[in-house]
Amino acid sequence: MPQNLEHSGTSWKGQQLKHHRSVIDILDPRVRVAAAMLFSFAVVLSHNFAVLIFGLLLALLVAGLAKLNVKRTLRRVIAMDMFMIFLVIMLPFTTPGREMFSVFGFGASIEGLLHACKIALKANAVVLALLALVGTMGATTLGHAMAHLKVPEKLVHLLMFTVRYLDVIGQEYKRMRRAMQARAFVLRSNMHTWRSVGYLVGMLLVHSLERSERIMAAMKCRGYQGKLYLLDNMEILRHDYYFMVLSGVCLTILVGLNFY
Amino acid sequence: MHIVDGALSEPVLAGGALLALAGVAYGLKKMDYEHLPQVGVLSAAFFIASYIHLPIGFSSVHLILNGLIGLALGWAAFPALLVALILQAVFFGFGGFLVLGVNTFNIALPAVMVYFLCRHGIAASSPRVAAIWGAIGGAGAVAVTTMMVAGSLALSGEAFWLAAKATLIAHIPVMLVEGFVTAAAVLLIRKVKPEFLHLAEDWDNA
Repeated sequence: MPQNLEHSGTSWKGQQLKHHRSVIDILDPRVRVAAAMLFSFAVVLSHNFAVLIFGLLLALLVAGLAKLNVKRTLRRVIAMDMFMIFLVIMLPFTTPGREMFSVFGFGASIEGLLHACKIALKANAVVLALLALVGTMGATTLGHAMAHLKVPEKLVHLLMFTVRYLDVIGQEYKRMRRAMQARAFVLRSNMHTWRSVGYLVGMLLVHSLERSERIMAAMKCRGYQGKLYLLDNMEILRHDYYFMVLSGVCLTILVGLNFY
Repeated sequence: MHIVDGALSEPVLAGGALLALAGVAYGLKKMDYEHLPQVGVLSAAFFIASYIHLPIGFSSVHLILNGLIGLALGWAAFPALLVALILQAVFFGFGGFLVLGVNTFNIALPAVMVYFLCRHGIAASSPRVAAIWGAIGGAGAVAVTTMMVAGSLALSGEAFWLAAKATLIAHIPVMLVEGFVTAAAVLLIRKVKPEFLHLAEDWDNA
């Protein structure tokens, strides 16, 4: 598998990624999170092809509205597809049913192929919707939206800390790797590599933890008591209601198609 | 290690979500604000580990590090891994939304198991013994996670059995690498910052 497809994000750039403002951005973050959640439920729990195809089209539409960077999104979606490709390829051969064609004596069934297509449709629709609706907001905004949606405060706090440290650890990792490269270290599959990478991971954690302790001390010095202050007052405005009605109609159609 | 949305059956999704919810609730209760930064660091480390690719043969594997996270965090591994998985799903399109519960449970439960099974081992006075326990923890966590991933697939339908078996075989090199890397990391942390793995108290008693 080529390196650029293995992981969609080769570095955590946080919110410094270039992103064009779009209609999705003016919506209330809580509404976006809730819409993405409900959409996932509707799509994943459906077993009807019409629903899944309509769902994927909806997700594509929202992705278009959110002005997702085409190249970046494609890379991410393909990375996810590579992840499940073996599962999807194997299914036609392992599902009993009417034989469609055979490869090396193994028969592929239509039922299996349909099942595989369903999985692919569901996975892609959900990921696109998540990237478009939630992935376009800042990680801090996501944390605040979660807090407003009554997610336990500790968990939200943890999310904020993690976002902060992703940046810190990511940079630290790059720095240490560069230092190793400067000393002619090349990754191979041998004991030396694994030991060195183990030391790298260990040192990375120690450095980051010491840094986090300093941050904690500095925060305490400024009166931190473990309380989360939500300074942004999120407000549901008229366009949020429009979006809610619109997505409500779409979700009803999605769910309704199941019984048609 | 992540399962995508749409593959698993509804009972497996619901079961995974409930078990993960229980684990996260207990983990949150056990985690006080003092330790929040430490948990955040390890949560971020899980994220970063997924882009440390190590070559093995003609292919390459990426680190998972759930053994090491478990050793450092215990029950707090549940919320830490949930947060990392949420961020991966939302910002990188890795996994999905309804499978979050199953994925969290599959990765965090082995981490907690490693914590209880190996934490005395890594506190051994001989570095060699400690390294061996570190390796058991690192490789063991990945092994159990793989089995649970295979199990979630197998429970979702007979058609997935082949895929489940393939997952098990494909992850043997990952276990190997993860074992060596975790052992080395444990050795280093023991020397540099033993309290990171809750070793300080044991040190004083020895």
